[in-house]
Amino acid sequence: MDDNQEQQDFDGMEDGSHLSADEERLLGELGLFGATRREFLGQSTAAVLGTFAFGLLAQEEALAQLAPSPGASMAPTPRLENAVRVLLKINGAPQRLEVDSRMALLDLLRERVGLTGTKKGCDQGQCGACTVMVDGRRVLSCLTLAASCEGKDVTTIEGLAKGDQLHPMQAAFIKHDGFQCGYCTPGQICSAVALLQEARNGDASHVTADVRARGRNINLSEEEIKERMSGNICRCGAYPGIVAAIKEVQSGTRTAQTWEFASDERIALAMNDGAINDGGRRTDEII
Amino acid sequence: MKSFKYSVAKEPTGAARTVSANPTAKFLAGGTNLVDLMKEYVERPSEVVDVSRLNLAQIRETSNGISIGALAKNSDTANHPLVRQNYPLLSMAILAGASAQLRNMATNGGNLMQRTRCQYFYDTAMPCNKREPGSGCGALEGLNRIHAILGHSENCVATYPGDMANALYALDATIRVRGTNGRDRLIPVQDFHRLPGDTPQKDNNLAHGELIVAIEIPRNNFAAKSYYLKVRDRASYAFALVSVAAALEMRGDAIERARVVLGSVAHKPWRSVEAERVLIGKPVTVETFEASAEAALKDAKPLEHNGYKVELGKRSIVLALQRAMSGEVA
Ligand SMILES: Cc1cc2nc3c(=O)[nH]c(=O)nc-3n(C[C@H](O)[C@H](O)[C@H](O)COP(=O)(O)OP(=O)(O)OC[C@H]3O[C@@H](n4cnc5c(N)ncnc54)[C@H](O)[C@@H]3O)c2cc1C
Ligand code: SF4
Ligand code: FES
Ligand code: FES
Repeated sequence: MDDNQEQQDFDGMEDGSHLSADEERLLGELGLFGATRREFLGQSTAAVLGTFAFGLLAQEEALAQLAPSPGASMAPTPRLENAVRVLLKINGAPQRLEVDSRMALLDLLRERVGLTGTKKGCDQGQCGACTVMVDGRRVLSCLTLAASCEGKDVTTIEGLAKGDQLHPMQAAFIKHDGFQCGYCTPGQICSAVALLQEARNGDASHVTADVRARGRNINLSEEEIKERMSGNICRCGAYPGIVAAIKEVQSGTRTAQTWEFASDERIALAMNDGAINDGGRRTDEII
Repeated sequence: MKSFKYSVAKEPTGAARTVSANPTAKFLAGGTNLVDLMKEYVERPSEVVDVSRLNLAQIRETSNGISIGALAKNSDTANHPLVRQNYPLLSMAILAGASAQLRNMATNGGNLMQRTRCQYFYDTAMPCNKREPGSGCGALEGLNRIHAILGHSENCVATYPGDMANALYALDATIRVRGTNGRDRLIPVQDFHRLPGDTPQKDNNLAHGELIVAIEIPRNNFAAKSYYLKVRDRASYAFALVSVAAALEMRGDAIERARVVLGSVAHKPWRSVEAERVLIGKPVTVETFEASAEAALKDAKPLEHNGYKVELGKRSIVLALQRAMSGEVA
């Protein structure tokens, strides 16, 4: 490609004349017109825009990324086609925001307020990674429109601990090894915390033997915990630890921790000869 | 997602008028189905009217039964003392659906209105008469394991996927609907959803802009002997392959009244009056239940990949009836 051609491509890129119908539509949907659009295109190469366009269409994250968080100075500022003002409480703090009507609560939390503890898994209601509590009840933030949250009280994983003191459910997840990669964990914990209240209320579940029999403060069996937590999927399969953690907190009966950190002595030994002769066990089993 | 105007409805008739005035406007309740479909570009409303704050969430006893608000959450409905006590079949059906998080969001009106889970319907690159009338049916000769075995047409073989409605059919519910004129219309639940015929784009008989305001269920004597059985690919958090809402009322040793409704086998919950007729006046035996199950599936026309639903449907009916009798009939 000669320089001239390259210059032409670049010009086409800036005014958008090279764009496909899909890309045109996308930029329109992003609310990028005129000067803002030229600025945006000037920062992207055609190839990047193509890939970017697909990523955006798939994930709906673009709006969130382009929209500055309050007070921050991020350019360009998109013109929101259908802006909605919301005033809501997040972890006790009032937040006043202007959002695109399409924005999900999940994206508001992560991209606008900077609370990235809440995770995006499927973005379709099928995994539970995005679970938060709204007015004390567990819901999926990926299917909740931010615009619909006016006056709501949202609690995320960041809002559970009191200062340095973990919520008992957080502590129990650590104690019982209730995670591996940790991606599903914020959703699992928010879900589990809400489950405690549901059990206090005496709510029934799909495995409740007789829904006609009612009572409060029910003690949940493992089967009940599994059913009630089925909306939170764990790709790492940390389920036994998750169930154990919830059982301990829900029942209030302490159970023993089944793992421990390696002592300094053991670590030093392992560093020295790679394998420890400790009752026949290998280093990796001890650590 | 396509850009849309968002507004919050102040009262039911106004909401009906706003949506009715714009052919591409939609009500938003819990959003668990609509927002998902909007993300997929299957639904592309230009305007969304949020009805979730309307004062339509009460659950109360009426002179001849119960009235359940259209905007009551699925979880509140399933756990309401009146529902648990008098209509346990409804609690069981709701609790068999989705997950705790989704049931906390999902409303009763939205649940009735939920659309099919046919994969071709969701995939905008595929033909689908329901999504794009006239484009053809991708499932008819495609992968149709989860599709209909009863009441389908060559234009659409999709199923209605919900659980709650199956119980409502068994309980003779009526759907109360608000029109733009401010008056209510009552639709017997069996006339609410429809078969696909040659207009599969229409899931039900609600006019555009009509707002469901309540579900009414008459008093009955099924509470002691009813059961909702759901069979699915995993133990929880999955749609039914086949489900059965079964309810019996006894007079002495004989069955006085019966309800047999199959879910996920047709474009609407499939109440089998034939299966019920076999049961009435008979003592409860496994043979009677089996005869009833045969009658329910007699006209089944499976597709290439869903032949299993015929046998599964029969066995599920027998098991649901047994469980409705609390295991008295082994
Ligand atoms: C992962 C997943 C799993 C699920 N599993 C199950 C399951 O196993 N069983 C099951 O039954 N369901 C299941 N569902 C579906 C769920 O139950 C429905 O999405 C929910 O009930 C819809 O209610 P909503 O209030 O969220 O409706 P919305 O999504 O808000 O609306 C759905 C439709 O109904 C219309 N609508 C809403 N309210 C009214 C009204 N009052 N009058 C007229 N129209 C109205 C809307 O315009 C829209 O078209 C599942 C959903 C997901 C995402
Ligand atoms: S079965 Fe119905 S919903 Fe599915 S592809 Fe065919 S027309 Fe569409
Ligand atoms: S990200 Fe919300 S359920 Fe998966
Ligand atoms: S810990 Fe990795 S997904 Fe659950």
